Amino acid sequence: MESVILHCDLNNFYASVECLYNPSIRDLPVAVCGDPDLRHGIILAKNYIAKRCGVITGEVIWQAKQKCPGLKVVKPNYPLYIRFSKQAREIYSRYTNHIEAFGIDECWLDVSGSTRLFGEGEKIADKIRQTIRDELGITASIGVSFNKIFAKLGSDLKKPDATTVITRGNYKQLVWGLPVDELLYVGRSTRRKLYRVGIYTIEDLATASVKFLHKLLGKWGDTLWTFANGYDTSPVMPMEFENTIKGIGNSMTTARDLLNDEDVKLTMYVLSESVAERLRSHNFKGRTVQIYIKDNELASIERQSKLDQYSCTSSDIALKAMEIFRRNWDWAKPVRSLGVRVTDLVTADTCTQLSLFDDYNRSIKKELLEASIDDIRRRFGHYAVLRALFLKDRALNANPVEDNVIHPVSYFR
Amino acid sequence: MKKVFVDVMARHTRDGSIEPVSFVWEDGASYEIDKVIERKKAASLKAGGQGIRYTCRVRGKNVYLFLEDNKWFMEGKQ
Repeated sequence: MESVILHCDLNNFYASVECLYNPSIRDLPVAVCGDPDLRHGIILAKNYIAKRCGVITGEVIWQAKQKCPGLKVVKPNYPLYIRFSKQAREIYSRYTNHIEAFGIDECWLDVSGSTRLFGEGEKIADKIRQTIRDELGITASIGVSFNKIFAKLGSDLKKPDATTVITRGNYKQLVWGLPVDELLYVGRSTRRKLYRVGIYTIEDLATASVKFLHKLLGKWGDTLWTFANGYDTSPVMPMEFENTIKGIGNSMTTARDLLNDEDVKLTMYVLSESVAERLRSHNFKGRTVQIYIKDNELASIERQSKLDQYSCTSSDIALKAMEIFRRNWDWAKPVRSLGVRVTDLVTADTCTQLSLFDDYNRSIKKELLEASIDDIRRRFGHYAVLRALFLKDRALNANPVEDNVIHPVSYFR
Repeated sequence: MKKVFVDVMARHTRDGSIEPVSFVWEDGASYEIDKVIERKKAASLKAGGQGIRYTCRVRGKNVYLFLEDNKWFMEGKQ
């Protein structure tokens, strides 16, 4: 039986919710932006009026205001967006339990099993759009197709509040003429490589030889060729499916540029504490520490190194992170953002190889100490106990565990 | 149209549903709800909000009463 897959995309999600809640700005150009004081001052979402002025997601506020002087800038209200996102998923769940979220505002639905009950894919899509409009007061664009990739392309074709059906009969007309970077996972650098060999459209990609693409892009070549031809068969995961966690990390654009090892050390400890706390809450220990450094001109590097032992304590992670940092950064430029990630995870009760020369009582003590700190913070708030180091510069001290509520997701799981 | 938050007297029934009985409008006047005609999730584009919308019969007129999280609001004239 042919799969019937829907991709629902809530139009201009953050901006639509803000406009719903504030009717007085509904007819003005509106953009939802991060906090400029924390240097998060970029456009996160905009409404259609702002879009028509040329405002694009990701640009900084002053650039957007140059293009659109009357631009109404509003702060994001994440708890509200999460409430709407949950309610949208509840609407989807009236039609199927195969709902896979792709970010806060996008979902794939596999309705193959429900077409006898509710009618064909297009009919279900129209019903969902109508319900979202009535119950949530915002709009959605829905792509209907026989695989996830084309469904996603479909939801981008007609906006706002529209259904696009891509079938085996019409995909060549609808999809193949599109620029190649409309395809999922063709970003700036892949596009550059493809342009260099004369591949401009999805059709060019689909009709190129797989061997050639493999040579050009490695295994991504095969994947993209499969995407372009509509051969992707990846399933829509059921709602209750929990991803296997492969790594836990946090990153942060700091309130000011970091200028020396001391600044970096402070930030590394903030990040490591958050990572360690999350490792412990999932009952994990990890062995590989990866760091990510972005300079003030937005060039970034990633480096990694192994710990001697599996660990879930912030001091081990932070010390290793600093060691990697010192080895790899020559301070030619100040640092704008930093990230710490721990991978190579095992559950905390797994037996691991010990070393003859280390004192394990110490690491057990450290674990107990950090577990008590978690407990204190759970009861009295994050800032109830702090490292003395954090008092040096309060501006750099933040709480990524609570501040980061929306996480990026990957298509490949 | 403006969003008017109102005090509501409601009956919380044994099966978990909530039925509004009366509300106090912003001028202080109290209004009995004669009948709840419809109860559904809906957005209020006029007042700017979203929640469970109760269509209520009050003094011969149909009015909307919204329950958003745990606050009640109505659509005011301006």
